[in-house]
Amino acid sequence: MMDNISHSHEGPDPHAPRPDHDDTLTHHKRLEIAVRELLIEKGILTADEIREAVERMDARGPHLGAKLVAKAWVDPAFKARLLENGSAAAEEAGVQMDQPTRLIVVENTPQVHNLVVCTLCSCYPRMVLGIPPDWYKSRAYRSRAVHEPRAVLAEFGTQLADEATVRVHDSTADMRYLVLPMRPKGTEGLDEAGLAALVTRDSMIGVTTL
Amino acid sequence: MRGVHDMGGLQAGPVERVEHDYQLWEKRVDALMVLLSRKRRFTVDELRKGIESLPGDAYDRLTYYERWISSITSALIHRGTITIDELRAKLADIERRPDGPKAGTP
Repeated sequence: MMDNISHSHEGPDPHAPRPDHDDTLTHHKRLEIAVRELLIEKGILTADEIREAVERMDARGPHLGAKLVAKAWVDPAFKARLLENGSAAAEEAGVQMDQPTRLIVVENTPQVHNLVVCTLCSCYPRMVLGIPPDWYKSRAYRSRAVHEPRAVLAEFGTQLADEATVRVHDSTADMRYLVLPMRPKGTEGLDEAGLAALVTRDSMIGVTTL
Repeated sequence: MRGVHDMGGLQAGPVERVEHDYQLWEKRVDALMVLLSRKRRFTVDELRKGIESLPGDAYDRLTYYERWISSITSALIHRGTITIDELRAKLADIERRPDGPKAGTP
């Protein structure tokens, strides 16, 4: 049912109603509709606010984290600030934090590899990576990342040198970790945008390297 | 006692690298959480408390945003922001809508 968006102008119309793709109305989908409509009727939220919040989340994604990583690779002073205070450095680079949670950036080196998990729920640096992938929230990942990180890494195809230390960071609601991966060899000629294009989401979670 | 949500260090099978594109209703649940906490109508701690209070079998059976909307709904009722009667009436109203799932799309 796409007929509602037929009036769109050139390019996607940000105000067009979006098709839901939801063909079954489950109990929880009903709850979402009910709670949302009650909050709107009570004047606590508006439909516009909700749509804008969805659009803001849609606009977030790993490209934001990649921008920070590339900037850190080319600018040692920025890298120092990023490692010192991730939230402030991200704001400085134009990435809106709009959450009271701290962003903590941890740097991979030949000696230390960092891996991010949230064993208790699914805390994730949403402000710089968007909504987490399903596997990040899965029982297997949350259970095993802390006690057999190398086995988990191997499942992602990541082999580390035996002498490298693996440091696992367990996120909380107040602390969100982002991995600063190592800059790949042979990228000396690339500019910041070119470098950012190399940075993957999974490398910033620490399950892969570049 | 270890809660069902507290799974760090337990044995588990391989990580299945599944992902899905979030559905609009899931993104709206996310939006409700973000907006309600910004307006100080709800906190992240309440969200977690609600999720961690789910019975173990429900925790495992529900999807991520199903847990969220369950928790948000109980917290709003607990705070008196919405009442159970209002919720029941609204759910019954949604049930009666002829066009079903599309009816709630803003």
